[in-house]
Amino acid sequence: MRFAAPRVRYNREALEAALPFAALLVMLAIIFSVRPQAFSYFGFTLLFKLAVPLMFASLAQMLIINLGDIDLSNGSFVGLVTCIVAVYLRDAPLTAVGLMLAAVIVYTAVGWLIQARKLPSIVVTLGMSFVWLGAAIIILPAPGGHSPDWLISLMRLRPPLMPLPLWIAVITAVLGQWLLKSSAYGVILRGAGANPKAIARAGWSLVTARLLLYAVAGLLALIAGLLLSGITTSGDPNVAPGYTMLGIGAVILGGGTFNGGVVSPVGTVVGALTLSLAASVLSFLEVAPVWQIGAQGGILFLVLAGRVLIGGRPQ
Amino acid sequence: MQAVLPAGAVRPFGGLAARLRRARWALGFVVAALMWICTAAYAGGQGAGDTLITAIAFGTFSVIVGTGQMLVIASGDGNFDLSVPAVMTLAAYISMGLMHGDNGLLPVGFVVALAVGAVAGVLNFLAIAALRLPPMIATLAWSFVFQSLAMDLGGDATVKPPDLLSAFTVFRFGGVQLMPLIVMLFTAVMTIAINRTLFGRHLLATGQSERGARLAGINVARVRLRSYVLCGTASALAGFLLSGFTGGAALNMGDTYMMESVAVVVLGGASVAGGEANPVGIWGAALFFNLLAIMLNTFHLEAGVRLLLTGVMVVLIVTIAPRPSAE
Amino acid sequence: MEPTNLIAMRDVRKQFGAVQALAGVDFHVDPGEVIGLIGHNGAGKSTLMHVLFGTLRRDAGQFSITGQEIGTEFSPQLAHAFGIRCVFQELSLCGNLDVVENARVLHRSLRGLGWRRRAKQLIADKLDEVFPGHGISPEARIAELPIAARQMVEIARAFTVTDEPLRCVILDEPTSSLGHEATQQFLEFVRRAGTQGIAAIVISHRLDEILSVCGRVVVMVDGHVVAERASAGLTRPDLVGMMGSIEAPKTVASRRQYAGTTEKLIDARGRDAHDLPITLVAGEIIGFAGLDGHGQRERLRALYYAGLQAHRNGRGPAVAYVAGDRQTEGVFPLWSIADNLSIVTLPTLRRHGLISPSAVGRVVADWVARMKVKTDSADRPVLSLSGGNQQKVLFARALASDARIVFLDDPMRGVDVGTKVEVYRMIHDEAAQGRSFVWYATETDELTNCDRIYVFREGHALEHLVGDDIRQERILAASFGGLVNA
Repeated sequence: MRFAAPRVRYNREALEAALPFAALLVMLAIIFSVRPQAFSYFGFTLLFKLAVPLMFASLAQMLIINLGDIDLSNGSFVGLVTCIVAVYLRDAPLTAVGLMLAAVIVYTAVGWLIQARKLPSIVVTLGMSFVWLGAAIIILPAPGGHSPDWLISLMRLRPPLMPLPLWIAVITAVLGQWLLKSSAYGVILRGAGANPKAIARAGWSLVTARLLLYAVAGLLALIAGLLLSGITTSGDPNVAPGYTMLGIGAVILGGGTFNGGVVSPVGTVVGALTLSLAASVLSFLEVAPVWQIGAQGGILFLVLAGRVLIGGRPQ
Repeated sequence: MQAVLPAGAVRPFGGLAARLRRARWALGFVVAALMWICTAAYAGGQGAGDTLITAIAFGTFSVIVGTGQMLVIASGDGNFDLSVPAVMTLAAYISMGLMHGDNGLLPVGFVVALAVGAVAGVLNFLAIAALRLPPMIATLAWSFVFQSLAMDLGGDATVKPPDLLSAFTVFRFGGVQLMPLIVMLFTAVMTIAINRTLFGRHLLATGQSERGARLAGINVARVRLRSYVLCGTASALAGFLLSGFTGGAALNMGDTYMMESVAVVVLGGASVAGGEANPVGIWGAALFFNLLAIMLNTFHLEAGVRLLLTGVMVVLIVTIAPRPSAE
Repeated sequence: MEPTNLIAMRDVRKQFGAVQALAGVDFHVDPGEVIGLIGHNGAGKSTLMHVLFGTLRRDAGQFSITGQEIGTEFSPQLAHAFGIRCVFQELSLCGNLDVVENARVLHRSLRGLGWRRRAKQLIADKLDEVFPGHGISPEARIAELPIAARQMVEIARAFTVTDEPLRCVILDEPTSSLGHEATQQFLEFVRRAGTQGIAAIVISHRLDEILSVCGRVVVMVDGHVVAERASAGLTRPDLVGMMGSIEAPKTVASRRQYAGTTEKLIDARGRDAHDLPITLVAGEIIGFAGLDGHGQRERLRALYYAGLQAHRNGRGPAVAYVAGDRQTEGVFPLWSIADNLSIVTLPTLRRHGLISPSAVGRVVADWVARMKVKTDSADRPVLSLSGGNQQKVLFARALASDARIVFLDDPMRGVDVGTKVEVYRMIHDEAAQGRSFVWYATETDELTNCDRIYVFREGHALEHLVGDDIRQERILAASFGGLVNA
């Protein structure tokens, strides 16, 4: 009697990963049919420019969701970073670095607190979202400031073969996949999310795993903020709610579940690209901007419904 | 060991352990009182009464929204309604737009607002049940759609609410505010419903063990549907009343209520894991948060600092608040 | 305590609040010994093993491994270093990881380049060694494997060796989810491993298995070791007697038959040509037998939900279900005993639409007494009860309702003999008054309580045995589709 032939599993997983990719392709097709000129180096750069910070924010969220938690302060944290960059990085880089480091440390400490006191992450991060937002407003009450030139130039790089956003997407996806899914310690990180008791019984430190994941998530969110202020050249405390929600959406689109331990770095990156492209599609189709956010919700529904139809994971 | 217990020694829904656990809800009232004293002391005793009245008035909305969220959270681990702010806003826009300031259309507007909330609840439930989406994602995705709809209907100008509605929200009957009183009544009804009706018991059972509830013959789907519909209706009601209170619907009217609806439940009403619900406790928590906001205002702190302190408070409360003993 | 002992524990104590889980236990294991640890639920067996493995800290007493004294900073990690492994009753595998990755979790040394290949080799070889012909793919995700396969993986994993020694494996109810063939393979392997110097401590309610594989049997009652004997020459009744119960003789006691209507309560057609129709009449006790995991539970649930739906539509009698996995499917953990007991009965306990506390109180008190639930107050949290008593509450929940048909999903798994006997008697009494039972049982002794049984194989009800035909050999024969070689 054979149990669960792996070939069937690989096929189903591939299908599930393909869904957001398919959605991405469909949207690209729509765009290119309306505006064929978009199918160019410059066009791709423009389309996916804003996807890059969202990718990193989504990956950060992914690590938290892997642990079975959720981070509703993700967007506010990114907003805070943009403010730090816009106000301090150019003229007082040491201050900026100090503040950013402090932010990541606090972020990690919150992750430790959640486990140490078995707190519900949804409430704690909701509270933290106000903390980050408040800090951002203290630093930069209204959108403005100026990002350093080197950062702006970085985001305007034009590497060969593919536009910068796509390079970044491929590299982060591959790196993330390798670190989380192929490495030996990645096994422990994923196991800690699904069955922490078992991991602890096997002698591993859950605290270490959790601190590591939260610290890396904080760093990823930091990068998101950096890159975002490189693109927009300024800071804004309220870039917030969109990122949080879209980040969660990207993780789920990419095949993640809230059970803990089930996430896909590649899927998350593709999910982020897909969701951020949704906004562009609408402007290309000349749909009013008010429907942008509604369309993103619609895409979530479509892709997830598709997953269910394929006979996807039981929750 | 112990002998078989004699008949008559049973106190269902009571018992010391259960009472101690339920006393958690009092924490909200305790910290609310602390906040009030701090604010009154800072102002030298002046305006203490007004502070409390304002907090109660604003707190009413938090209670309505919080009670709805409490029902959803109680229905099981991982159940949250993230569409609360969007439903509030959408219901406000639709009803205000329909009534267009006309007092005669007030009952219609009221019913329509509630209907919007109920429909939203049904849509949320369908996405969860039929598409098998995790509740957070389902309600999140719908909130995107509701938000777009609200923005579309919102247009440029905010429509003024009918005078009767505005008057009702501030009406005082012999010095006592009527609206909060009615909501307190609603809390009392909810408490009875949770403890003494089949729906309440089934809800709590489902929240503790969905599989166990199913095997005990409980219609889990119907319980969940009802909790989401009630939550949507509550959000809509809050949006409707809030428009009357603040002079109209606004696109950002629901912003703070996301955190508030969850925070008041955690502080006052229930465990996030599900299976618990305490409508009275939500009042204490709502008062606390509103008194906190007023206190921070009184200290003349800038916006950023206020937000930061509010956030720190929420985290502190959740960290310090005792949790259910069932580990 | 002798210097040759692998593990030596003396006067070990552990208290949980008012409960004395371990009241001065002496326990030792020699290298290569296979020990059976038996006792009622709540006797302290699991607690002792948790102390031994480092997941619990003892309050007092001496404890040494290979002669080294163990202090207060003991942990599973240290236990591993000493060569002690543990296979818990609740499985310790990560469902989201595959078999190979779960093997990696246990071994720190499986890392660096090529770790996956080495881990796969390790676990695949061990699975082949313990369970030849297992058919489990190492790349299969645990969540996708049936429970029997998961148990096999967990057991095999416990016996894998990389850089840490393997001296003793603790196995808590290891065969409860294994099929018959896998059980035999497992017992054979443990015997072999013993001769190769790997000790094992087996906790099990399957006394036959204990006697077949263990060299020494240790009996615990209420936190004490009450007996310790070499297993040679012992019989099952001996063991039961040592635990303080008298095992009822296996004669199928004639019980009062219900003399009411003979109308069929269940009349389910067979699913296809190979499936027998299942019928049930008032006052009957029918059983579902056969090897574990051959569709009995699915059929039970299907019948239950069908009955529930019919009842909701007004076309059938009330039905109730007693779950076997009380933690995830039965008990409502935040509630009291009273709340748990009354949940199904609530519709009938209402006055003017609201639940009446006094009515509930009466029903609860009545049933707590009838089921002899060991507690001083029904308002205590249900989790304060021992496992067996919790199961009694679940029974009472079903019996207190107006259900005419009660479905039993192997509810006596892991419950002590004393409780079992009480519950069987209750079932007989209820049946005599016209209640019907559909009973999925995994032990033949329980099946002898039934009037008729259906033996399942591969999702089909293949054979129907009545009365005296309900015997081990006939059931096994039907389970395997032929004569069983002795």
